Amino acid sequence: MTGLAARGVLAAEVIGKPAINLVIFAFFVLVTLVIALRAAGKNRTTTDYYAGGRAFTGPQNGIAIGGDYLSAASFLGIAGAIALEGYDGFLYSIGFLVSWLVVLLLVAGPLRNTGRYTTGDVLDLRLHAVPVRAAAAVSALTISLFYLLAQMAGAGALVSLLLGVNSTRGQDITIAAVGLLMIFYVLVGGMKGTTWVQIVKAILLAIGAALITAWVLDRAGFSLSALLHDAAASSPAGNAVLGPGLEYGVSTAAKFNFISLALALILGTAGLPHVLMRLYTVPDAQEARRSIVWTVWLVGLFYLSTLVLGFGAMWLVGARQIEAAPGKADSAVPLLAFKLGGTLLLATVAAVAFATILAVVAGLTITASASFAHDVFASVMRRGEAGPREEVRVARITAVVIGILAVVGGMYAKNLDVAFLVALAFAVAASANLPSIIYSLFWPRFTARGALWSIYGGLIISVGLIVFSPVVSGQVDPATGASLSLIADTHINFAFFPLDNPGIVSIPLAFFLGWLGSVTDRQPSDPARFARIQVRALTGVGAERGSHG
Amino acid sequence: MSVTQSRGTASGYEVVHRSREFRTLRRRFASVVVPVTVLFIGWYFLYVLVAVFAPGFMRTSVVGAVNVGLCFGVLEFVSTFAIALGYNRWARRRLDPLAGRLRERLDAGRGR
Repeated sequence: MTGLAARGVLAAEVIGKPAINLVIFAFFVLVTLVIALRAAGKNRTTTDYYAGGRAFTGPQNGIAIGGDYLSAASFLGIAGAIALEGYDGFLYSIGFLVSWLVVLLLVAGPLRNTGRYTTGDVLDLRLHAVPVRAAAAVSALTISLFYLLAQMAGAGALVSLLLGVNSTRGQDITIAAVGLLMIFYVLVGGMKGTTWVQIVKAILLAIGAALITAWVLDRAGFSLSALLHDAAASSPAGNAVLGPGLEYGVSTAAKFNFISLALALILGTAGLPHVLMRLYTVPDAQEARRSIVWTVWLVGLFYLSTLVLGFGAMWLVGARQIEAAPGKADSAVPLLAFKLGGTLLLATVAAVAFATILAVVAGLTITASASFAHDVFASVMRRGEAGPREEVRVARITAVVIGILAVVGGMYAKNLDVAFLVALAFAVAASANLPSIIYSLFWPRFTARGALWSIYGGLIISVGLIVFSPVVSGQVDPATGASLSLIADTHINFAFFPLDNPGIVSIPLAFFLGWLGSVTDRQPSDPARFARIQVRALTGVGAERGSHG
Repeated sequence: MSVTQSRGTASGYEVVHRSREFRTLRRRFASVVVPVTVLFIGWYFLYVLVAVFAPGFMRTSVVGAVNVGLCFGVLEFVSTFAIALGYNRWARRRLDPLAGRLRERLDAGRGR
């Protein structure tokens, strides 16, 4: 696991100069703070706080969504996976990209037209049942917390690599600092401030990736074939890195594991609460659609560049040095930057990655605080009697609580694998969130009971299967006899589910439960409500419009 | 004001839901979204299944070290860009005007 290597093996080795790294880090943090402060505005109403006044344009929001999506896990993780495993890392990125088409075609416009801030709004419009709204909040909070933990764990690994913070205490302090900064962004900036931080960060990330990509291609004489050839030549696995199967082709379980992961990736994005919430920051459905097209371009071009970055790191840095560095795969891009541009480029890349973590955790915190304040507090606890001022106040308090939870959780989770936590969040999102959204919008017979069955069923099955998978217990490295699971004691083994990713089982089951719960419901579906949500979803009548809309 | 607050006016929506214009809009939406979704999910899983079960084919060289797998992967990117752009353009031309007309009529019908 990432953090273990960071703590033990290479305490002495820090790349670059920690002092310079620290100065550039501080500079980036300061710039983003100024942006958040200046963009913030008043944030008095719920629309301001949750949706940035619905005043962002499609391109602005599209870049911000891309920024949310290109978290440190994908920025550092995918390029690192390519650097170590070659083609199989590339396979990963394609699922992440294609999943945006599900968002664009099925979800973006209809969801923008029928909700105000959360998917709980959409389910409420269709089913008007308090328990369903509560269930939607529970699944949104669970997914956001998994995602938050992943980012916090990533922050610890990154900082240990770049600032030479290797002690457990030092990493805990780093995680606490990330938490404090994130709470500050959210309280001061609201959705508007956070979005602007996200936009600036996404642009910096794109420039940085483009620069290093061009640099690597220049080294390779602008020949992709030469780059691949040289990379394969310097890899211990040789030409095997140029094709699929290095990681996912070993056994039948590994093959089905990849198919399961592929299903979770392609359906997961359309269920991620922090992505869906961003659809509400634009004036109308047309702009929501336009944002997703921008996101597709940003994310797609970025992933294409990670192909060059990954093989570039394999060629110029080498698998052995990456494996030996703290953070392993996650350190491939920073090491490549150091190799090419020295301390300054390294520190800049690392600072952008750090800003990425800050911006993503801030976005997640807003989403989680909205799920609680808007769906649980205002609708379930107060039955819609709470005023907007009070709701925003509760949302702010929730943000602080979630920040503290994430810090404490992050301190425990720092030894977990970042990519694993993210894949988990995708599987849970596709199982617990997506079926009820699709059924609400498009299936006439959907009922409240069907919604509860699919949300809680999807949540329990996906999380449960992970607990009883080799990820948590019972996986042993045949060569060294060390545990490859979260539980280090190799004698404890309660894994009965053979796959790391639950998607192939939990996603179809969640759809099935939604169907079964509805058709066996004694209280039939209300055709008037279905007519209303479909008319609103497709025409946009009654949708809350933005200030420029 | 939005209608989020005014509950129980669904019957008006039911009339629209049954109207010919809305049914045209819904048919048009489904006639493109359903086949395109089936197509891109199928195309993606074709890629995944070939990568998992026929890795040898993916290693076939096309030009130098560039092999079939890489070209197939890049084609997935190209098709994603094309579908995103194409769908948005189509929706703007074929869905939005019809949706806009229905919306205006409904807004007027609500008498506010």
